[in-house]
Amino acid sequence: MTAATAAQAGLVSCEACGILSRPAGGTELGHCPRCGTELAWRRHESIQRTWALVIAAAICYIPANVLPVLTTTALGSTDSDTIMGGVVFLYTSGSWPLALAVLVASVMIPLGKLMALTYLLITVQRGVPGSDRDRTRLYRLVEVVGRWSMLDVFVDTFTVALVQLQPLMSVKPGPGVVFFAAVVVLTMLAAMSFDPRLIWDAGSTREENHG
Amino acid sequence: MACPHCDLLQGIPPLPPGGSARCARCASTIATRSTDPIDRPLAFTFAALFAFIVANTEPLMGLSAAGRHASTTIVNGVYEMWMQGQQITALIIAFCAVIAPGGYILFLLTVLLAVRRPPAPRWVGELLRWAAFMQPWSMVEVMILGILVALIKIAELALVDPGIGMYAVGVLVVLLTAIGITFDPDEVWRRIEWVDPQPSTARVVRGTASP
Repeated sequence: MTAATAAQAGLVSCEACGILSRPAGGTELGHCPRCGTELAWRRHESIQRTWALVIAAAICYIPANVLPVLTTTALGSTDSDTIMGGVVFLYTSGSWPLALAVLVASVMIPLGKLMALTYLLITVQRGVPGSDRDRTRLYRLVEVVGRWSMLDVFVDTFTVALVQLQPLMSVKPGPGVVFFAAVVVLTMLAAMSFDPRLIWDAGSTREENHG
Repeated sequence: MACPHCDLLQGIPPLPPGGSARCARCASTIATRSTDPIDRPLAFTFAALFAFIVANTEPLMGLSAAGRHASTTIVNGVYEMWMQGQQITALIIAFCAVIAPGGYILFLLTVLLAVRRPPAPRWVGELLRWAAFMQPWSMVEVMILGILVALIKIAELALVDPGIGMYAVGVLVVLLTAIGITFDPDEVWRRIEWVDPQPSTARVVRGTASP
């Protein structure tokens, strides 16, 4: 059985309110009759935009991990910490569950997101066969867990805000923080601009080609 | 309706209260029916507004070292980041910790109050779209974990004590989750006036199409 999609049936569903409508004729699809949002078959230039944001995030990922995120000055001595340094500090100070949480949120989630989005983009563009249901699931996972990588930026902010006991001890944010925050924002935007319906469109084209 | 994740056309059978429907092809949840879709989320939103105000005005945590005391609020964290030369990071934190959750709560509160007497005017739909835009950027649950990690990290250096603000953030996380579970945007859309008051019957497809 070949199931019909809305697009194949000449219908378009509104991305804001979900109502299904028959678009106005011509090149412009017009607006949703219920909520007035501009209608589109698929998100505009989804693949190009997602690629651009993924590449930008991958570039920011390097300084985010190499540059220090916190600089601590205590009793005259200065100490700089990177993201991994923070994880090691938590681990050696005995709170390994938190060390694990920061490791997952700050190192594994951003890297995993970049790899997952690259994989989705390549398989959609090349029409690589595989389970489209698993790919959709992977996309939803990227959407849900993405926000958690903001964890370290919050930790740094509150550490900086609280530890201001000049001249005894003070903490300053390092240049790595802004790159790290940029990675999180860029990967979230990338996930939003990717249209999961393209995964299934690629699948239907494959079916047609192979009879 | 068409699945927002894979565009498959399908009919949704009448759902029992508290039930939900999954897409036949990609297994995403595409429809839910809550027992009380307006009043329950409204109650949670009111409570969330109160928790949000407390969370933003009361100190999150205090610090004592060598006879000196310091404490911080969320806004103070943003201010300190800005003053230390991290303006972009400060703006991102302000958006994810204050503006997005605050905007989401206020917009949702207005929408839920307005749709109690249907049909609600069109600007309600506009506000609902703004609430949906704010939602992915509201990172209160990430922030509470960030506060806890910062608390434990600083506890290595000085004596810290959690403040009322921190408990309010915890309550806010629970309330926002409760709103997410009980709120049903489809039900709200059904109660809002259409942009196009009399769409030609040919344009709108009621949710009965089946593959």
